[in-house]
Amino acid sequence: MIYLAQAREAAGTKNEEFILEDKSTVLTALSRALAAHPKLRRLEKSIKVAINEEIMQEDTQLQQGDRVAVLPPVVGG
Amino acid sequence: MKGLKSRISRKPINPAKVLKSVMDEEAGGTVLFIGTIRNRTEGKKVKGLEYEVYRKMAKREIAKLEEEIRKRWPIKSIRMVHREGKLKVGEVSIVVAVSAEHRGEAFDAARYAIDRIKESFPIWKREKFSGGRKVWAKGIPIRSIPAPPRPASESDASPREIEPRHRRSLVEA
Repeated sequence: MIYLAQAREAAGTKNEEFILEDKSTVLTALSRALAAHPKLRRLEKSIKVAINEEIMQEDTQLQQGDRVAVLPPVVGG
Repeated sequence: MKGLKSRISRKPINPAKVLKSVMDEEAGGTVLFIGTIRNRTEGKKVKGLEYEVYRKMAKREIAKLEEEIRKRWPIKSIRMVHREGKLKVGEVSIVVAVSAEHRGEAFDAARYAIDRIKESFPIWKREKFSGGRKVWAKGIPIRSIPAPPRPASESDASPREIEPRHRRSLVEA
């Protein structure tokens, strides 16, 4: 998992690895992250998840070696 | 295509250079948008701010947005440069430059670009207020151009059309 901005602060880390069962989804990974870092919960509703730098739906199945990034609301420009 | 490319920049942006990179003899209209750091936000005095960027994803979003804009408007050239790191009040945070045969397309494409950058680029900003307090600015859930959904599992995978690669010139090495 890669945590960005507020998510990085809430998780207290930039990167970590999770070993998940086969057919795990984006939601599985996110649930693991939320369980490991309860401070992330306040961002839960506004978080989007990218797999290998593309935003993916929560039911998307993960594959080995996927880079899963937790993105809080963005504010560029 | 001349020199400078669309990118995330850790160094100050020179708008004149970005403008020059889109100037084209076939263009009758060129639009330059410059975003700068305001000294106030919601009535509070801002001392400066820091942009955090998920660079790997931002590169892809830049390429996707350029491709989308080129499909929608017959423009000659487009450049988008966004800052990363610490910026002071008055500094340039973003430059969008578009050239086209006629001004209409140039204005429309530039307006669309800056609006989409704000909602589709993985960028966050932390504002610094007087007294040294730093606060993450409120944003919106990212709305990037969606990728095709993944097949549910290997056995469900059916042959799909391979996505056309982004134009070589848009991809930073």
